Amino acid sequence: MKWRTLETKKGIRCRVLEAGSGAPVVFLHSAGGLLADNPFLDDLARRYHVFAPEWPGYGDSTGEDLLEDMLDFTLHGWDVVDALGLSRPHLVGHSMGGMIAAEMACLAPRDLGKLVLVGAAGLWLDDHPIPDIFALLPFELAELLFVDAQKGQALLTGGADLSDLEALKDFYVASQRRLAMAGKILFPVPNRRLSKRLYRLTAPTLILWGAADRLIVPAYAARWKALIPSARVELIEGAGHMLPYEQPEAFASAVGAFLG
Amino acid sequence: MKFTWFNLMPWPYLPDDFREKHRSVWVDIPNTLYDPRRGHHVYHTYLDQLEYAESLGFDGIGCNEHHQNGYGLMPSPNLIAATLSRRTSRAALCVIGNSIAGYNPPIRVAEEFAMLDVISGGRLVAGFPVGTSMDTNFCYGQIPALTRDKYREAHDMIMQAWAGEEPFAFDGKYNQLRWVNCWPKPIQKPHPPIYIPGGGSIETWDFCLDHDYNYSYLSFFGYLRGKSLLDGYWERVAKRGKDESPYRAAFAQIICVADTDAEAEALYAEHCLYFFNRCLHIFPPFADPPGYRTMATVKYGALSQLTQSRQKILENLTWKQLVDERFVIAGSPETVRQQLEECIKGLRIGHLFCLMHNGNMPDWKTRHSSKLFAEKVMPRLRDLWPEWKHDERWWIHPMDERIRPEERRPGAEKAREGWPS
Repeated sequence: MKWRTLETKKGIRCRVLEAGSGAPVVFLHSAGGLLADNPFLDDLARRYHVFAPEWPGYGDSTGEDLLEDMLDFTLHGWDVVDALGLSRPHLVGHSMGGMIAAEMACLAPRDLGKLVLVGAAGLWLDDHPIPDIFALLPFELAELLFVDAQKGQALLTGGADLSDLEALKDFYVASQRRLAMAGKILFPVPNRRLSKRLYRLTAPTLILWGAADRLIVPAYAARWKALIPSARVELIEGAGHMLPYEQPEAFASAVGAFLG
Repeated sequence: MKFTWFNLMPWPYLPDDFREKHRSVWVDIPNTLYDPRRGHHVYHTYLDQLEYAESLGFDGIGCNEHHQNGYGLMPSPNLIAATLSRRTSRAALCVIGNSIAGYNPPIRVAEEFAMLDVISGGRLVAGFPVGTSMDTNFCYGQIPALTRDKYREAHDMIMQAWAGEEPFAFDGKYNQLRWVNCWPKPIQKPHPPIYIPGGGSIETWDFCLDHDYNYSYLSFFGYLRGKSLLDGYWERVAKRGKDESPYRAAFAQIICVADTDAEAEALYAEHCLYFFNRCLHIFPPFADPPGYRTMATVKYGALSQLTQSRQKILENLTWKQLVDERFVIAGSPETVRQQLEECIKGLRIGHLFCLMHNGNMPDWKTRHSSKLFAEKVMPRLRDLWPEWKHDERWWIHPMDERIRPEERRPGAEKAREGWPS
């Protein structure tokens, strides 16, 4: 996979991971951002032309001060698609990225191919309150995100040696920066009233969920289905919230089967 | 020097095993630990103490705003100040302050502060904190990364509302009001003295200096640790070409006075330890959500945050440590005077917030300590800044002909005055 940097019409510098050829697929990452290794993107790139933009505030992408609310986020998603010169790409969004992708699909329903929502944020069920990711101790995060917390922790830190204080500092600063940005649409409750806009959605939709998701539990998959009756729901075993990282092959084949 | 008697108003009945059983004194502390019937007595005891402080000769009496916690029982400091405004006549009412990023719309603060200033005859000191992240973000739901921007906008609205001579429209990012028209307006002109409680960010220093506001450093870790921070502030003051009046700065200090040093330990140690061990037991993520601090500040202080020095400091604290490191200034009047002189001169502060009630300190000890301080310490620290003696820029300017509760007898003899016969 290769990195490229583009500038949107609004003036945001955005770094994009790109690979493969075929129909365009835009992958929108979760609040944690892209990790050091993203093998599921390699899998998708065997069949599609994959683009994975880093959101402002993540990695080398800048311009976070230019995005403040849900509409800003949504328009930025389309600005990136425009800057990439894509026509009717499929949108695949994971967690926070799912929330953004669904908003994009409601705002401009005729501008995308198909929509895949993976453990998507954006809805709220009083009976299943989503844990407050902004109030977690470092070790608590991996336990919420992964079936295997130990493996998950290693994935999150990308193999950095966090007993080294400088490495720890860098990791901490980057993580604060990412979540500061994510907080604009996820804090204090990750619900920006997307549910009242979902009626506009026309794209064929797949709802993918880790069967063991402890952060946004599978009851939310049912809620998405209730709001998008034409959608297909698929639960994948052996995966938590970080489904694309925990079961990359199952993830890629489910997405591939749906996108065709 | 100006001395303000401050009560944080902690809940004094947190159980002995509070630290072990609960992760935080703030935000998600079980509210079953609060007993409203005991609370009735607690509020009245604390309010009486604040009134007593005026009678002892303190220049100001102070309160502040916190939410969902056992550390300080004043979700609305304005209610506290309102009761004080009717029962006192001389002391400044220091509300340090209203966490204005959380008010919707912030004109409410302009109105309530104006009410307090008018009822008290011009005795309000108005504080505008960003608010702790526990309060502003976790309890009041403000988005961390936007909190400071929202704070600045709220500040602008309040100051414009106080200054405005006619109705105007306010087209803010977070607040839009077609008709801003503050009724009532404050007595003090152009506005009550404004205090900005802050930590160590350069942005806050500049904000204070841009507007000539008082910078208040509120820490519980004493003047030895506060020194480098205040040094930074004074450097900034010099760089900006402002005069070095000590009244530009305030500092909060826990103070316990007894007849001897040994008696101070015997009387106050357990209550100060209660404060440090229980009232400051905060779940670390609540104190530092991503976006609450600016990225510049995060990068600057990253390592100290990571090692969670604050929580570490709080483990296994002893009285000796509290006193040696000056988290607490305690002892005989002479000991306290000496250390406070060092504190005041070292930090170059004109305002001292005296934290005289601490943790679960009983009423009589609080009064004992306060009285000794007022009689034997305060007079000897009064004139530490002779060259700035007449600098009243950061203090209240009450009206002379104000109502004094001691002269009022709201009883039968007034009942018929002014009625048609």
